[in-house]
Amino acid sequence: MWIPAQSADELYPRDHRDHPPALTPDYKSSVLRAPRHALIALQHSLSEITGPVFHGEELGALDHDLTRNYAHQGSPIGERIIVHGFVRDQNGRPAANTLVEIWQANAGGRYRHRQDQYLAPIDPHFGGCGRALTDENGYYFFRSIKPGPYPWRNRANDWRPAHIHFSLSGTAYAQRLITQMYFEGDPLIASCPIVGTIGDEEQVRGLIAQLDRRATVPFDSLAYRFDIVLRGRRATLFENRVQATQEDL
Amino acid sequence: MNPLPIPQVVLRETASQTAGPYVHIGLAPQQAGFDAYRNPIGASLLVDGLEGQPIVLHGQVLDGAGAPVRDALLEIWQADAHGRYAGAEAGGFRGWARACTDFDGGGYRIDTIKPGRVMGRDGRWMAPHINVWLVARGINLGLHTRIYFADEAEANAADPVLNLIDGEARRQTLLALPDSSSDGLAYRFDIHLQGERETVFFEL
Repeated sequence: MWIPAQSADELYPRDHRDHPPALTPDYKSSVLRAPRHALIALQHSLSEITGPVFHGEELGALDHDLTRNYAHQGSPIGERIIVHGFVRDQNGRPAANTLVEIWQANAGGRYRHRQDQYLAPIDPHFGGCGRALTDENGYYFFRSIKPGPYPWRNRANDWRPAHIHFSLSGTAYAQRLITQMYFEGDPLIASCPIVGTIGDEEQVRGLIAQLDRRATVPFDSLAYRFDIVLRGRRATLFENRVQATQEDL
Repeated sequence: MNPLPIPQVVLRETASQTAGPYVHIGLAPQQAGFDAYRNPIGASLLVDGLEGQPIVLHGQVLDGAGAPVRDALLEIWQADAHGRYAGAEAGGFRGWARACTDFDGGGYRIDTIKPGRVMGRDGRWMAPHINVWLVARGINLGLHTRIYFADEAEANAADPVLNLIDGEARRQTLLALPDSSSDGLAYRFDIHLQGERETVFFEL
């Protein structure tokens, strides 16, 4: 059985200062769902550095276009937008062939979900889910409708800023990530307890998509740019590295 | 494999956020009550001609008050019956699937095959296991755990990851129990997010 050189394949340890802690009492749902024990750190084995592979032919032609993939007899109501960007790893290399899945509320802040009872109406022409594979440059592209903010039961008057949920597969199981993308200039970002679970201002800024006028399609759609960084693989200073340096000389 | 050049700058990983209560829309639209996709991804692991012992994994996710978590999404990542992870080697077996807990009972079910042993670090064999990643409302960063099989006592005793865990009671939280009440060979694996029987979670 062939075993890859694991020392060259390991991912950088996750820096937990880049992420919210598990227990964040202002976000009330976390109180009973946060483990009390410390996580047990694993050195990486094949279980962590491998991951599922996805193929373009598994996706439908409209899967990345939320303005059309549930539009049965008309177009959805709302601001037409493009959301696009690059998925890279921590070394700045393109994360190619990564499955990017998104979901969101409609323009009124209502989700097409049997559990959502908010009084804003369902849009008959809007589903709210999309998916795409990044290309060899790590690039992805969606068309959608800008989601509306909505109220939620946390503190008595909490409202989520407009956001799109993002899920990324990466190419290693340990790169798996779910996050949320916000929109530049939204005043609700500052008071949101879920955004506030992230203790670091720079990391919050990393979740705010910027208006991208160059990608805007005149008389059609505004564009927002959202780049994502997944965990990178660690270069090692021993074994392969030393040998290769000598060969290069 | 060519060595990687040493990068000048290591970028910060994008911050995680909770999957929220409506994760099904994006990752399991049928459970949300609609479907925009012709081809659901991750719904099934079983393909024609797959070698190995079919098994059913089932159980609940429970919060710190012992209440079932009815809006969780689980993904599994596992080797095939010969201990090979997906790709050219594993002959069509993707090794990955996702399932949600039920809005009413809070149960989940995944149909798969029992994985073979995989080589761990330093040439030590790991016992058969299934990697599990769990997200839900209230979980800020996806939780990683592993399912081991209670009827693999000998392999489990030598497993390098299980042996990192102090205390038999905590190790037990990763053992799926064989279960004769379901069709075929089934294993029950409950995940306790918090409390007396809190499941062991890993930092990968």
